Amino acid sequence: MEFGPYLFIASLEGAITAAVLALTAVGLSIVFGIMRVVNVAHGEFFMLGAVIAWWITSLVGGHPAYGFVAALIIAPILVGILAIVCDHLVLRRINYDPERTIVATIGLLYVIQQTTLMTFGPEARPVEAPFNKRIALPWFEHTEQGFALTWPWGLSTTTYKLAVIGAAVFILILLWVLMTRTKFGLIMRATQLDSEMAQAHGIPVNRVYAMVFGLGAGLAALGAVLIVPIQQAHYLMGGDPLLLSFIVVIIGGLGSVVGTIVAALFIGMSDGIISVFFSPTLAKIIATLAVAFVLVFRPQGLFGKPER
Amino acid sequence: MTDKIKNPSDATGISRRTAIKTLAVGAGVVATTGTIPGLLRPNQAFSAEPIRIGFQVHRTGIGAAYGRWYDRTTEAVVKRINDEGGINGRPIEIVAEDDGTDPKRGAEVVEKFANQHKCDIAFGTLFSHVVFGSAPRAGELKIPYFVVSEGHHVASGKLNRYTLQPGITDVKSQVEAMAPFISENLGKKVTMIYPDFAFGHDHRDYFSTAFENQGGTILEKIAIPPTETSFTKYFPKIPRDTEVIYHVMVGPAVLTFVKELGEFFGPSRPEIFGFIDSLEAVDMASPGLEFLDGTYFWEGNPRYAQADQTEFDKAYREAVGVDANGASISDSKDVSTYAHMFGCWETLYVVKAGMEASGYKGPEDRQKLIEAVESMSEMPHSFEHPQGAKLFNGKTHQAFGHQYISKVEDSKLVLAHTTSIEDTLYEDEVDYTKQAF
Amino acid sequence: MSTSLKSFLLHVFVLCLLAVLYFVVSEYHSGNLARILVMAVYAMGYNVLFGYTGLLSLGHALFFASGMYGLGLSIEHLGLSAAPALVVGFISAFIVAAVIGFLALRTSGVAFMIVTLMFAQAGYLTILLAGKYTRGDEGFVIQQGDRVIAGIDLSQADNRYFAALLLFGVCFLFIAWLVQTRFGKTLVAIRENPERARMLGYDIQRHKLLAVIISGTLAGAAGAAYALLFGYAGATFSTVQYSIYPLLWVLLGGAGTTIGPLIGTVFMTYLIDISSEYTSAYMLIAGLALILLTLFAPHGFAGLIRKKLFSWLP
Repeated sequence: MEFGPYLFIASLEGAITAAVLALTAVGLSIVFGIMRVVNVAHGEFFMLGAVIAWWITSLVGGHPAYGFVAALIIAPILVGILAIVCDHLVLRRINYDPERTIVATIGLLYVIQQTTLMTFGPEARPVEAPFNKRIALPWFEHTEQGFALTWPWGLSTTTYKLAVIGAAVFILILLWVLMTRTKFGLIMRATQLDSEMAQAHGIPVNRVYAMVFGLGAGLAALGAVLIVPIQQAHYLMGGDPLLLSFIVVIIGGLGSVVGTIVAALFIGMSDGIISVFFSPTLAKIIATLAVAFVLVFRPQGLFGKPER
Repeated sequence: MTDKIKNPSDATGISRRTAIKTLAVGAGVVATTGTIPGLLRPNQAFSAEPIRIGFQVHRTGIGAAYGRWYDRTTEAVVKRINDEGGINGRPIEIVAEDDGTDPKRGAEVVEKFANQHKCDIAFGTLFSHVVFGSAPRAGELKIPYFVVSEGHHVASGKLNRYTLQPGITDVKSQVEAMAPFISENLGKKVTMIYPDFAFGHDHRDYFSTAFENQGGTILEKIAIPPTETSFTKYFPKIPRDTEVIYHVMVGPAVLTFVKELGEFFGPSRPEIFGFIDSLEAVDMASPGLEFLDGTYFWEGNPRYAQADQTEFDKAYREAVGVDANGASISDSKDVSTYAHMFGCWETLYVVKAGMEASGYKGPEDRQKLIEAVESMSEMPHSFEHPQGAKLFNGKTHQAFGHQYISKVEDSKLVLAHTTSIEDTLYEDEVDYTKQAF
Repeated sequence: MSTSLKSFLLHVFVLCLLAVLYFVVSEYHSGNLARILVMAVYAMGYNVLFGYTGLLSLGHALFFASGMYGLGLSIEHLGLSAAPALVVGFISAFIVAAVIGFLALRTSGVAFMIVTLMFAQAGYLTILLAGKYTRGDEGFVIQQGDRVIAGIDLSQADNRYFAALLLFGVCFLFIAWLVQTRFGKTLVAIRENPERARMLGYDIQRHKLLAVIISGTLAGAAGAAYALLFGYAGATFSTVQYSIYPLLWVLLGGAGTTIGPLIGTVFMTYLIDISSEYTSAYMLIAGLALILLTLFAPHGFAGLIRKKLFSWLP
């Protein structure tokens, strides 16, 4: 493929990765920012979203869109409720102690993964996209007759992939409104700044934590429902999103939602674009090291404030 | 785990309703859906002590989809052998334990078979990193280790005298046998796409050599990192003048890979030849796979019952509980790993033949068992070898057999070509019979 | 009896007990124990950094793999014999730990976790990329004939066990000694209150770097020993999962105690080994056990012992 179209297709793929990453990571970012705990089971909530989406779409008949829309609504709610239960049964009881939360959520990860394996099974299962049409993309080329519109070989994407980008942007805007324009958002931000002070002002911090934990998990599940028509549901699929969103959150700067989104763009796009220039595995190594070196030279992340 | 091999539907026939209920209950599941322990009690007819076979199975981890079918096939063949009177009049007892598809745990499981469960032999491993991790321990503990892995590890000479692979062919012979078919029927310019794993490297090395010997050229070799979940960004590396794409992928992302390949090419695709490993346990009618119509696959054993199905395949298929489309009889969405799992069936029949030839009585006869298997050569197409005739090489501890090439027609795999065994042979790389026990 | 004497006696007692155990338990369990001792060295190395210095790394599999491949590749491709190859393994881990430590210690807290994780991931991918030499995920066998030091065949059960015990014993006593020294106490001071330690005039960065190097080299020693004693090196050991294991073992056994890593490794290994005999859902049991332990024994087993029985536990 010509260099120009190649770079274009890689950037487009990068943008899709970035959109999904942003959705998955923003949930972790909220939990991390407000509750100050690392939820290792975050990826499993993502996986559950995909698995439940498969379950719902296979129950609902008719056009695939019906099942998909049902999944978009039900899966995040179910996963959110599960997360609230986990918060209530485990995290609250260990007082959100950072170290103990890591171990407890690793335990949770094992429990969720194994339960899914025993019920859903070990196969990767597909979910049909509500719509999915391949669209060939045009390219501008300078020919002897001046600029001309061409349709290079292989330069294409699908309507669904474009829709995922759109949906991610829409959801992130909604979230931004929730955080900045509503009372719940205000309470969350107050808790984030100083939980003791918030408590003193009559904010039920425990309930806020439970809601935040549920919201974070629900967002992960929502991301999963959107991505599952591209990727299939599988019981081990939670590992990658966990690591990537974790990275995105730190690179973005702790607790900064804008930073998280910029970091998702940075990581998604660099993953796509670096792949143009190197052999695939080498490209992955370089992209991985790039993340490490960003932090080595800017430990507070792109948007975080340096520690004093 | 040390459970008995049970009715296959127990492990899978969990309805979606239960699924969700269990997801919610979470903690309570061990009792309800975890397999219940116990040992397979052979027929009352047997008075003799059973022969204990340690079954190293991938029940969790990345190999779980394969493990589940290896489990069912093993159960079926054990039932059949026991119904026929067992081995030397003794029933087989399977001691199954999960290795988590992990080489460290794999080694521990082999130790457990040898020292704790007092098994006669160990058997059944698929993933080659688990074979590599476990084989040294099997050699040291002097327990015969029959793998069903299709890796080239045994025949490469890197393992030891106690490790054998008599029931499934290895990747080197499979790959080399594909070269003539591809160059004669599909095209001379090939681009290879494979995982950046040792398994993928075997494909790269053996296929490219064999294909170049046929006068073909490999235009590009695209190794995909195993952590990858989206593939479109790599496809522009496929050269424009590619006549054939050769693909082999493993892991849960394979369906994405095939779908994205289809979306990339749209209506103007080159010829495509793949290894069914890319789609083992995946329904050919899955959304997005339509574009594979007219492409070719290597199959270890044809998944769909063919028009000229042999009585052997018929009996085997029925015993394992697989329908004519290669899916479980009880759930048509539960697709088998048909191209690999026959290896469990055939391997245990080789074990039976070996034990009977050597008059095997107990662990003290393990060396005699290995020598008996080493002296085997031709294994005719039969109920014991339903995949086809085999030629066993006692020196390299590796079986050789027919390979199948199928074409996708209306989302079904239709057999298009069967290679001869001679096509799959290569020079010996080791003589294990010269090694001391 | 002084605390340091008690502590010394305890360590010697543990080592004697482990030596006696070989003759008491069945062959299967002594084989298991040999592996546990090697993995406990890995956990002890991890504990130096996490338990004593307070730095949580998610990339220790890289150090483990450095030792493993340092030994494995030098036997396989350079034709070294086991003893020098073991030294190569140690040195590889030492160098990798020094470089990673130098870079990663510019960060702290969660950023440190990510940086170590990323370096380890790059290491894993590099092992795959160098598949020609490493055989990637499949790995390679270190042949029985190459696993001999000074005429002692380490593939034999008894030799293997006492080799593992020797390595464990040396590391165990070394750490017991280390934490009594001024250096060890400074590490704890850094963990408890870095600001205060800085004010008291300690060079925190230098101490942390040394801790990473000690920790990484011990992890690498475990990796090299695993390859040597069990005859296999493979990329699986450099995956994230193997970075998380020592964290779990240490947290379960008791972070910041000398005996905790051993207890945690024994507990986790046998929890999986025994429960896997009853159900294929053993990870579920392990998961529940982890949750219950964090609820009821927050400082691990050794923490519990220290609280209820012996407050002097080192």
